[in-house]
Amino acid sequence: MPVYEFFRTFASNRLNDSVLFVFIAAKFEQKMIFIDSLATFGKYCLFTKRVFSIPDRWAVFGKRTVGEVSKLGIDSIPLVLVISVFIGAVIAIQMQLNTTSPLIPAYSVGLATRDIVLLEFSNSILCLILAGKVGSNIASEIGTMRVTEQIDALEIMGVNSANYLVLPKIVAFVLFMPILVILCMGTSIVGGYLVAVFTDIITVSKYVYGLQAMFIEWYVWYGLIKSLFFAFIIASVASFYGYYVKGGALDVGKASTDGVVSSSILILLFDVILTKLLLQ
Amino acid sequence: MIEVKNVTKSFDDKTVLFDINATFQTGKTNLIIGQSGSGKTVLMKSLVGLLRPEKGQILFDGRNTLDMSPEQMKELRKEIGMLFQGSALFDSETVLGNVMFPLIMFTDMSRGEIRDRAMFCLERVNLQGAENKYPSEISGGMQKRAAIARAIALNPKYLFCDEPNSGLDPKTSIVIDELLSDITHEYNITTVINTHDMNSVLGIGENIIFIYKGHREWVGNMKEIFATTSEALNDFVFATDLFQEVKDYILAHGFTAKGAARRN
Repeated sequence: MPVYEFFRTFASNRLNDSVLFVFIAAKFEQKMIFIDSLATFGKYCLFTKRVFSIPDRWAVFGKRTVGEVSKLGIDSIPLVLVISVFIGAVIAIQMQLNTTSPLIPAYSVGLATRDIVLLEFSNSILCLILAGKVGSNIASEIGTMRVTEQIDALEIMGVNSANYLVLPKIVAFVLFMPILVILCMGTSIVGGYLVAVFTDIITVSKYVYGLQAMFIEWYVWYGLIKSLFFAFIIASVASFYGYYVKGGALDVGKASTDGVVSSSILILLFDVILTKLLLQ
Repeated sequence: MIEVKNVTKSFDDKTVLFDINATFQTGKTNLIIGQSGSGKTVLMKSLVGLLRPEKGQILFDGRNTLDMSPEQMKELRKEIGMLFQGSALFDSETVLGNVMFPLIMFTDMSRGEIRDRAMFCLERVNLQGAENKYPSEISGGMQKRAAIARAIALNPKYLFCDEPNSGLDPKTSIVIDELLSDITHEYNITTVINTHDMNSVLGIGENIIFIYKGHREWVGNMKEIFATTSEALNDFVFATDLFQEVKDYILAHGFTAKGAARRN
């Protein structure tokens, strides 16, 4: 029985003291959650240390990295393109619908679409989406290897399984992420352009003018830099949850979900930190 | 030879192995038997270094694994082959790729030599023709044989098998047992098999260690098991009426089973 539940049950039998007991229980539970989180973070650090060791065979590492580029990166391109073109179109429409004031110039639709895409959508939102696709893929693959004893087999052979399995995924995904981000930026802007072409809510010339107006090159670099951190978070956190799965198929599913949820939260947290550091 | 001296292993405050002493002999099929939950898997995982006992010594030809540095342990592991209960073949590799894997990782052989060695191992376990199939495309028995081929690819001095017959039909189980026994004698390997398959116990058990509730209850071979005075062992091995009748027959007429006689 969780400590909080124990105190609550105990308190319900002693109504006079109930408030005090529930307060103590809640504090105790918070402390336990904090300690658990610290323990998990420590375990993650040790795991990362094992991952970032020298590969046993560079040729094998290279071959696996190329394979992971294909599996995690190239296979994500269709999803990125489809999402980007639609979100780009939606942003353009929304901007037009919400900027009806005559004081706001028409070209601001293109400008706002561009900046939203460059600053947030092409990196943070895209990575949240990829955390679902790539993160669950990584966690379930490694988790299945754990429960079917394939990781034990690697360890018994004398292979550093964390390094062998995880490092190629991290390297491949971090290296390929900028390509996905650039594709996302371009396709989203094309999405907005298609709205201009096929509807009459904004003219093409004003949309294109807006795209070029007050362009700040740093925003592109800012997006790319953020995406590198996010790619590392997605690949390493999902691998961590998959690597330490215990049990069977249900636990692999749970690890996959935990990996996606944790990496999504970390992406949002680092989004705030990196925005503060890079834009101010 | 592998010697286990006073090994104790606990999980939190639950002790699973109590002061285990055992010797696993070279060139013989050494069996660890016991009921589910008796601690035999924990003992095997302690032997191969997946678990670390709190107390005792595990000596691989005099080398205590519990005193080894990670680098020394890594070197020792190159002398170890292991067959897992579920085969543990890599899903993403073909059968040939699985057998080639340890050779690629730990030898400086050329690609051609690695392939030749892997094909030799596959032929040794009668799996020629299946080299380009993926593990999901072959039967459970073939998966076990592929895993044996992978385990012997590096010419190990020690071979560990965790329930090699689980999930297999009796005929395939006998094939796997005979293969393990033949490989053990042919390459003079110290083979340790974790099993609760009575056919294996009575067919290839040259040195048997019976674990009961975390204690080493009995040590002997497949002949001596019939004359055991251990009630727990008797209940475990001769649990069915059929096996009890077999035991009575053997005690009355002597141990003349064809397969066992061939190996003794």
